[in-house]
This record gives sequence, structure tokens and C-alpha cells, in this order.
Amino acid sequence: MTTTENKPAEGETVVRERRALRLSWVDGFLWAIRIGAIIIIAVGLIGSISKFAAGEGLTAEGWRDLIVSSLAQGAMYGLLALGYSMVYGVLGFINFTHGEVFMSGTMVGFIAANWLFENGIWDANPFLSMILVLIVAMVTSTVVAVLIERIAYRPLRGAPRLIPLITSIGMSFFMQYTFAGLFGINFNTYPPPPDVIAGTVNILGLEIRTTQLTVIVIAILSMIGLWYFVTRTKTGRAMRAVAEDKEIAGLMGINVDRTIVTVFAVGGAMAGVAALMWSLLFRSVNYIVGFIPGVKAFTAAVLGGIGNIGGAMGGGVLLGLFEGVGPILILGGLGIPGVTQLKDAVAFTALVLVLVFRPSGLFGERLGSEDRV
Amino acid sequence: MKKLKGMRIVAALGALALVAAACGGGEPAPEAGDLGAVTVPDGEAIQIRSLEAITGEVAFLGIPNQTATEMAIDDYGQIQGHDVTIGTGLDDLCSNEGGQAAAQTIASNDDVVGVIGTSCSGAAVAASPVISNAGMVMISPSNTSPALTSDLAGTAGTDYHEGYYRTAHNDLFQGRAVANFAYNELGLTTAAAIHDGDPYTQGLAKAFADAFEELGGTITLFTAVNKGDTDMTPVLSDVAAGAPEAIYFPIFQPEGDFIVQQIGGVSGLENVTLIGADGLLVSDFLALPETEGMYFSGPSLQFGDNSNEITGVSATDFLVSYEDRVGEPPSAAFWAHAYDATTMLLKAIDNVAVDTSDGLFIDRRALRDELNATSFDGMIGHIQCDDYGDCGSQEIQIVSHEDTSVTDSTQLPVVYTFSGKS
Repeated sequence: MTTTENKPAEGETVVRERRALRLSWVDGFLWAIRIGAIIIIAVGLIGSISKFAAGEGLTAEGWRDLIVSSLAQGAMYGLLALGYSMVYGVLGFINFTHGEVFMSGTMVGFIAANWLFENGIWDANPFLSMILVLIVAMVTSTVVAVLIERIAYRPLRGAPRLIPLITSIGMSFFMQYTFAGLFGINFNTYPPPPDVIAGTVNILGLEIRTTQLTVIVIAILSMIGLWYFVTRTKTGRAMRAVAEDKEIAGLMGINVDRTIVTVFAVGGAMAGVAALMWSLLFRSVNYIVGFIPGVKAFTAAVLGGIGNIGGAMGGGVLLGLFEGVGPILILGGLGIPGVTQLKDAVAFTALVLVLVFRPSGLFGERLGSEDRV
Repeated sequence: MKKLKGMRIVAALGALALVAAACGGGEPAPEAGDLGAVTVPDGEAIQIRSLEAITGEVAFLGIPNQTATEMAIDDYGQIQGHDVTIGTGLDDLCSNEGGQAAAQTIASNDDVVGVIGTSCSGAAVAASPVISNAGMVMISPSNTSPALTSDLAGTAGTDYHEGYYRTAHNDLFQGRAVANFAYNELGLTTAAAIHDGDPYTQGLAKAFADAFEELGGTITLFTAVNKGDTDMTPVLSDVAAGAPEAIYFPIFQPEGDFIVQQIGGVSGLENVTLIGADGLLVSDFLALPETEGMYFSGPSLQFGDNSNEITGVSATDFLVSYEDRVGEPPSAAFWAHAYDATTMLLKAIDNVAVDTSDGLFIDRRALRDELNATSFDGMIGHIQCDDYGDCGSQEIQIVSHEDTSVTDSTQLPVVYTFSGKS
């Protein structure tokens, strides 16, 4: 409420005072969190830098290894996050089964890799073997994603948004235990990476592990391929149109059902590529291997801006960095010992902080007309 | 008014019936102690329970224990004309929640006398108070966490409850054994320890760290991974920052797999000596090429000619019978401890049970007193209980793994033995 009885100069002061006093507790609390986070991060960073300068803590090689490994893991999260972002942009719900789509790619890819290894092809033709495993993983993930869309989500197309979300949670458990029943619960280990990509490579004077470099290169190539597909092809344009407004796109002559299937298929294909990355980085897979990466990829998608494809990749890479480098850089700099146990806590705190500072995610949301305010 | 009169008659009859019941009988049943007693009617079996990790990734630990318990019951035979049964084997899920749930199931049945279990220390932390409050006894063949008994210096562990016993060793001895081995035998002066947050691994890693520092070594980092973690590069980078000569990681699969597979990617850890514990003495871990050159600590399996004094069965005979029954050798190291624990319980029940006209009367307090006074020779060595339930022979061994084609943990050469009771 402004007051008009006083003279203009005093009136202004009174208005400003009133506005400051109307700052609600919630706003004040959020500002306290923002300032507190900035202080903690700054102190941690300064602590880490001074530790490094004093020769304690990680060496330069240690930081290099850590950053590259975090980038590789982030690239994997980014590819998985694409599936979440695209489905949310088009259909408006979080597809929790996407983690299991990824898991199916890793499990069936393991069968292929094991067969190749046992027949000597893995060591004899490493590139051919990896491409074969990649194709198997991609095809499996795509087929599983499309099947899930057909069975679980298409019948619910008109339902309130919460229903497909709950269905996806149920479908996720169904997939996990189906695979547990089919493959057993033990961990299956992929054969070791062929010699040509074991070892390190020297880039710009830095020794980088070849497997991690391969993962980053594959991610970059996939993103370029996806960008080309989404911006330059007719199907990609149809996808963007359906994401923008389903009804109008349908009126324009786009086959909405087929486009949605394409969205799921592309998400599944990206998950298949992520499955190959997992096989290079971590090598052990079982029925539950998709759950936590799925949750983290969803976090990455939100971090980057849900619905935004570039944001999904960016969010993934950032999440990988927060998770890997964050604990040692920030909390280690504050002098806390044994901080790597907290990497999940740091990753999710990063999500909360990003949303506190920028609620629409780092690169902005891209939502359809129904969801936009 | 008529109704009220009828009620008065019923009440009077009821009171008469009560008096008759109280004054009736005349059988000389002994008085139960402060924990109550179990009466097993004639023709019925004595109820004990087995609570082990029989499903999931740690089933390799629990199944041999349960099988050994069943075999010990068969070998012992009847107690004073009554069969002994474990009913259905219960699952501790190697977790706090599993131990709690199963213990509550057991405690709700007043006929149960004792429990052989749990497999995992984490489950015992929850199960021990429940079983103890029900007046029952629990003898564990594979819990090793010091918190469940004592610090071996007279202070009870934080999770010690009366009625808990174990034939497995106390991890304070295992930590000391590994520290002695690393410092004295291998000549290493700096080490790091990694656990995974559960009471067993944390207790063992801490026991190692304390003992190592006592000998004069330096612990460069004491840290942990979370169960379910896959990316070990951050924790290994943190470890590499301290440049230790050895890493002791007494954890389980798959975190152990991820650590050995990713350690090659962290600079500074190329020549580190890796030492694991019996959680990793599993064939698919030993088959990994990256495990070459590792050492593993665990309970001593050098039973030689030992036999269980109570049933007369020797360790070697047991292994033959086990393989006949199951089709393969035991998948974990605590089968002898389970066999001895079961015979310990059965003998104690036999000693305190009194045959009355109602059946077999087993006083719970008397059973606990009897177990406290246990002293016999089992397959694992001499079994005698201290004040806090540690009854085992406390023999530790360390094996080395040079040849990754050898995946049977019992075939690994022993490079060091440690006797806690000497």
C-alpha cells in the first residue's frame, strides 16, 4: 500500500520502506540460502586452491584424472538425460522407466560382448566388436523404449499427467525384476576394453585415459548427430512441432502418434549409446544398474532445464563434474576428511542450489504450450 | 432382575473354576528363572532358529552357515528324546532392516529357545536387542564387528546385549593381524583404509587403522564408499593424494570390483599393495585379472585334524559330507564356526533341560549361564566364552592371490597367521 498524504520525496522513502518490510520470510530464507551457499563454495574453493599451492591434496595429475573421469561420467548422464528431457517436452511427464531402457541395453550388450570375447573376435577386431556391441545395445534400448510407449503410455494419452508418471514407476520395477528373472541377480562383467583403447593418450600435453576420451568423443558425436536430426530433418521438425503444441501440429498434418514413437525411439537410441559408455567405464552390469543413473540423469535434465535438449547434455556434464570434483574441491577445501562418501549428497545439493538461484534450470525450460504459464 | 441373578451364578461358577485350576495339578514343575522358560511337550521338537543371509549378493555367506547348522543338528541327534528343528531358515538380508524384521518374527514365538545367526554384523546390531529382550540366546558364526561384544579391554561394545555369543573372531584381532602383516612382514609404513559404512567393514577398517598407527605406521586417509557406488575415481583420487603404500578395503562386491578395475586409471596408485578381507574371497572377484598380487585377510581355515568334540565329526569329514549334500564345497569361510556354534547351543540345552511331567523344561536363565561357561574343542579350535560373548578361537590368516586362474579361495596360499588368544 502506498501512502499519498506525505510529500513526494518522503512518500518515496515510505514506499521503499514498505516494500522492504513486505519481503516475506520465504524470500528472506531463500536469500539466506543463496548467500550461505556462495560463502561455503567460495571458502571451499579458496581452501582447495591454497592446499594445491602448498603441495597438499591432489596433485595436478590427480585433478586432471578426476576432471576427465567426471566429464566422461557426465557425458553418460547427459545422453541419458536427453531421453527424460525429450519425453517431458513432448508428453509432459517424467518417464521413470528410461533408466531401465538403459539397463536393457547394457544387459543385452553384455551378451553380445561376451559372445564376441569368447570367440576371440573382441581382441582380434576391437573396433568391429565395439560397433557391433553399440548396435546391439542401441537396437535393444530403442525396441524396449518403443514397446514401453506402445504398451504403457499410449493407452493413457488423454489421462491426467500423474497417471503415466505412476505407470512409469511401476513399469520401471517390472522391467528390473523381469531382467532379474531372465538374467539372474549376479553382476555380469564386460570383457576388458581391447588393448587399443586401454592405456593413455597424449592430448595437448595432458595424459588422458583412452577409454574416457572415447566416451567423451562418442558423446560429442551423438550430440552432433542428434542436433542435426532435430534441426535439419523433417522428422526432427515434426518432433519440435509436436513438442510445441500437439493439437495444432496434428492439424498441420503431422502424424502425432508416429512422432511420439520417434521421440521415444531416439531417447532409447541415446540410452543405448550410454550403455556402451557404461560398458567401457564401469564394465559390471546387473538388473539394478539403471536405477541410480536414471535418477541422476533425471536430475541432470532438470538442472539443465527440462525439455531443453542442449540443456540436458549441459546438465549432465555439469552434474558429472559436481559429483566427481565437487566433494573434493569444495568440502575437501573446507578441511573435511573422507568427503567422497558425500558425492551423492553434493550432486543433489547442487541441483537444489541451481534451482534456488535459477528455478527454470540453467539453460531454461522448453515446455509445450499446455505447460507454459 | 432375573438376568442379574443368572450373572451372579455364572460369576460364582467362574471363580470356583479359577480356584480349582490354581489348586489343581500337583506336577513338580521347577520354577522358572527371571527370563522365563520353555516347556517342550512330549513328542514335539525343540525349536531353534537359523537367521542367515540366504538371498541376494551375500547369499554365498549365509547358505553354508545354514547348511552347517542343519548338518550339526543331524549329527547331534535328539536331546533327551526330543527332535531339534530350525523350522524354516530366516533371512537377515545382510541389513539392519532384515535383521530387525526376522528377529521380531522369532521373538514373537515363545517356543524358540535360541538362534544361530546372523551372518552380517549389520543385521545383528538390530537383531541382538530384540532376541535378548525376549530372553532367548543368539550364537553367531560370522559376525565379527567389535561393537557387538566388547573392545577386548573390559568395555562392552555399544551393541552388546546379554544372551549374544559368537564363534567367529572379533575384528579387533583381524585388524591387528593385517596391521602386523603390512607393517612387519611387508615393511609398509603408510596405508589408507576404505570401508562402506556398514558396522562390519567400518569396525574392521578402524581396527586396522588403530593397530597400524600403534605399530608406528601412518594412515594417510580413512574414508568410505557408499554401497551401490559405481564411480570410484573420486575416492581413489583422494586416496592417491596421500600416496599410501597399501590400501586395506574390507568391503564386498561389487564395490570391490569397481575399485580394482578403476585403480589403474588413477595416477599415483600404480604400485600400491591391495589388501581385502573375506567379503571379497568370492570366485568371480578372484577371477578378475586386476586382483593379481592382492592379499586377503579372513578367519583361519587351517583346521588340520580338528574335530568337534561334541559330535566327533572332523573338519575334513564335514567337508566331504557337505559336498555330498550340496554338490559343491562351501562358498564362504564360516561353515566350521556355524557347526561349532550349533553344537555349542545343543549341548547347553541338553545340559540344562529337565524332563518333567509336562515335557522338557528349559529355563532361559540357566541356558545363558550354561553358555557363559562353555568350554570345549570344536573344529575351529578351543571354544571358550569371555564375559561379552566372544567365544571363538580368534585365529586369523592372510592369503595371497598370485595366480588369477585360481578362483577357489580355499586353494590360496597362506602367507601369515595370527592367533588372538596366545
